[in-house]
Amino acid sequence: MDNNIIEVKNLKVYFKLKNIFGKKKNLVVKAVDGVSFEIKEGEILSLVGESGSGKTTTGKALLQLVNCEFDVLKFQGKEMDLTKKGLNSFRQKAQMIYQDPYQSLNPRQQIIDIVTEPLEVNKLISSEEERLKRAKEALEQAGLKPGEDYFFRYPYELSGGQRQRVVIASSMIMSPKFIVADEPVSMLDASIRTGILKLMIELKEKNNLAYLFITHDLSLAWLISDRIAIMYLGKIMEIGEANIIINEGVHPYTKALIRVMPKAGVKRDGLRDVLEGEVPNPTSINSGCKFCNRCPLATEICFEQEPEMKRIGKNHYAACHKLEENSEE
Amino acid sequence: MKLLEVKNLKTYFNISSGQVKAVDDVSFDLDYGESLGLVGESGCGKTTSALSIVQLLPKEGKIYGGEILLEGVNLAELNDGEMQKYRWNDISLVFQGAMNALNPVMRIGDQIAEAIVLHQKVSMKEALIKAGDILELVEMPRDRLMNYPHEFSGGMKQRVMIAMALACDPKIIIGDEPTTALDVMVQAQILNLIEKLRKEFNMGFILITHDLSILTETCDKIAIMYAGKIVEIAESEELFKKPVHPYTNKLIGCFPDMNGERKLKEGIEGAPPNMLELPSGCLFAPRCEFASDICHQSMPETVEVGPNHYVACHKWEEMINGQ
Amino acid sequence: MNSIKHEMRRRKIKEFGSSVYHNKTALVGTIVLSFFVIVAIFGPMIIPFSTLDFGNPEDMLQAPNGEHWLGTDDMGRDILANLISGARVSLLIGFLATLISMGIGTLIGISSGYFGKAIDNILMRLTDFFLVIPWLPLMMVLAAILGTSIWNIIFVIGITSWAGTARVVRAQTLSVKERQFVERTVSLGSGSFHIMSKHILPNVFPLIFANTVLIAAAAILSETTLSFLGLGDPTRASWGMMLHYAFESGAASANAYWYYLPPGICVVLVVLSFALMGYAFDEIMNPKFKER
Repeated sequence: MDNNIIEVKNLKVYFKLKNIFGKKKNLVVKAVDGVSFEIKEGEILSLVGESGSGKTTTGKALLQLVNCEFDVLKFQGKEMDLTKKGLNSFRQKAQMIYQDPYQSLNPRQQIIDIVTEPLEVNKLISSEEERLKRAKEALEQAGLKPGEDYFFRYPYELSGGQRQRVVIASSMIMSPKFIVADEPVSMLDASIRTGILKLMIELKEKNNLAYLFITHDLSLAWLISDRIAIMYLGKIMEIGEANIIINEGVHPYTKALIRVMPKAGVKRDGLRDVLEGEVPNPTSINSGCKFCNRCPLATEICFEQEPEMKRIGKNHYAACHKLEENSEE
Repeated sequence: MKLLEVKNLKTYFNISSGQVKAVDDVSFDLDYGESLGLVGESGCGKTTSALSIVQLLPKEGKIYGGEILLEGVNLAELNDGEMQKYRWNDISLVFQGAMNALNPVMRIGDQIAEAIVLHQKVSMKEALIKAGDILELVEMPRDRLMNYPHEFSGGMKQRVMIAMALACDPKIIIGDEPTTALDVMVQAQILNLIEKLRKEFNMGFILITHDLSILTETCDKIAIMYAGKIVEIAESEELFKKPVHPYTNKLIGCFPDMNGERKLKEGIEGAPPNMLELPSGCLFAPRCEFASDICHQSMPETVEVGPNHYVACHKWEEMINGQ
Repeated sequence: MNSIKHEMRRRKIKEFGSSVYHNKTALVGTIVLSFFVIVAIFGPMIIPFSTLDFGNPEDMLQAPNGEHWLGTDDMGRDILANLISGARVSLLIGFLATLISMGIGTLIGISSGYFGKAIDNILMRLTDFFLVIPWLPLMMVLAAILGTSIWNIIFVIGITSWAGTARVVRAQTLSVKERQFVERTVSLGSGSFHIMSKHILPNVFPLIFANTVLIAAAAILSETTLSFLGLGDPTRASWGMMLHYAFESGAASANAYWYYLPPGICVVLVVLSFALMGYAFDEIMNPKFKER
């Protein structure tokens, strides 16, 4: 009996590009191109990648907020019911927290309406008293005390950290089981960040939540997550337990990311060991490994054939043709 | 003589609801070829410090006191016309969103050349040749002069902005969050580039950022700002190994330490003070776990606690002994 | 709990009031319009003359004098009395027609922007149709077919003036729809109606409000035009009807300036005050002009 909260196999999100005359050309952006993973109950999986790697799109696809294709998508062990009714009950158990609380809150809604909106759209409250009670509970659980002080304020009257707490309160009011957190702290100041992360972890432990934690910051991923998946151009390059990825990562891209990771308090001699170039445009991708153009180890096979995910160790997988050579160096 | 000496700089903003002491009694210096990191949370006055140096303050802001000595010349006393000679020629700025400041309908080459013509007595043709030279300096092919901004990625545009900052061979470059919107790999490339150029031309570099973790490997010295004041300034390794000020200590704890334990440290309770109603005494006292009566009553003096290590805290002796 | 809510609402209204007070354009517009609204509501109660009171033959076309401050018309009726009762008709037509126009415009604009695709296409072609047809002949035809009653005029103006609003609302809806809080509410499981009423409408409302004021100005002008052309309601003398009668009686050639000038000036003042308010409200309520 597996206790996976969510499981996805071969998830694909393609966007068709239009040319200036509005006609569909054959240009397709493969934002997410065959991604498979599973998240257990109470687990945090971090999805790490640069912009354009498809990490946010993956998160949205799991919550069915973008059109996607997949071979398998299971939630709580059952095939996802994609009918309207099925989606509604799924959405009560799976929520999203966005990066920018300035953007994800309606500026013309009062905090109480924001927090209780999930209850309202799902018609789960019967009376005004209950609404106030639930809102107070949710806000205080998210560290905004006393809750009623915040009820009739507008988002612009709160600080960034408080706003993100409102978002969390609103997401938690339905007691979800799975949360996609899209860079939830990257817009916040360092001193506030820790508080929000602590809150998220505390809520996770209390409610046995699972997170898909999307971030560009490898050190943050290492700090809070159980497992890390490294994404590049719509593919997972390597996935494994957080410590293993950071200390014994095998994929050349993972290694490059770790090399440029700033190490606080350590003076670097010489320049950073960077990968040349930038993430290529996802419309112009060749048939081989997505990373071959920038990979220092790439040979002919890398340009021709896409590598399969290979098992490296316990819970540790990587997609690279050059694993043996790479581990020898 | 130092390249740049900022002494007791006071920059205040007069807004409708009162006076904001955005930068209050800030002092630091910068030598040739040296790099200084100015770090703090949003609203701590780090950007205002930079804008004061080049006198590009918004109209509500004014320098109320202090000196900004560039090779002995006090920039704070100059009027706008005189300042114009120093901006770009001696000190240039790279902003966070600078890449969006490029004119979308003008070729990159023309934009760089225009900046050169504005500040140096050269013809447009010479300026274009120079523009090509500096584009190569920032590791971009010369023929990209003919491209428009939309043909560049974010990292490339930031390189162009660095090229423009370098156009008049400045002695100091100030980077105000120059890599914040960029990806880690591109950020590393840009920081590498700045470091390389700094060494090559013996320039001073001031890096303003909220991200303490990139500072140690980028900067020689780090100054920590809080609510308009520098609370601690030291050489970067010293600052990380022996932080004295409680704020510095906590702030370091807010960034994951890959060599340490995998555990979320304590954050900092509370929020920075309202700049319109500053507390009396030490500005960090309301959030400080070590604060005692004296901290709430009087503003701490800046003391030298070690070689080139200055701290503004009443409890500095306890802090050092406590560790 | 409710007291806090009221307090918040009061604070918001006060805030809006203070920004109107500090915006000279808005202030002038509001004062002028308030004057006319007060006159329209209370004026007919205090005027000493009945508008339909035909005067004595010797009272015809009198220049302004002590008894008739603004003179009399060709039937011997008091111009001031006519003007005051006309204010009621003109403003009523203006407000009601605007209400209809805004209702249609908002509904079509939001549905078109929100649903997109085929619905957007159909609704926008309809809007284009109403945008390009010459509205005056259409109004004349409609007014002629439906008959000349004040309600018909309101209806005619209402259904011919919504197209611009629909366009503006649609554009704003498209931009609001892409904002993250809308996606967030989708992820909570909200339906279309909830999203449109709770998220999109409140965010396009300032624009609608500013637009309403401008439409009201246009509606009053349209009413004046229709009435002037003789398509107004003869039983209720609006300012347009006064102008119409003045023209028919040859007041202009008779040099009876007191007959045609006052209604003309009133129309201009009201339209101007609406326009001033419209632009000023746009400035006050448009978040683009506001600092974050």
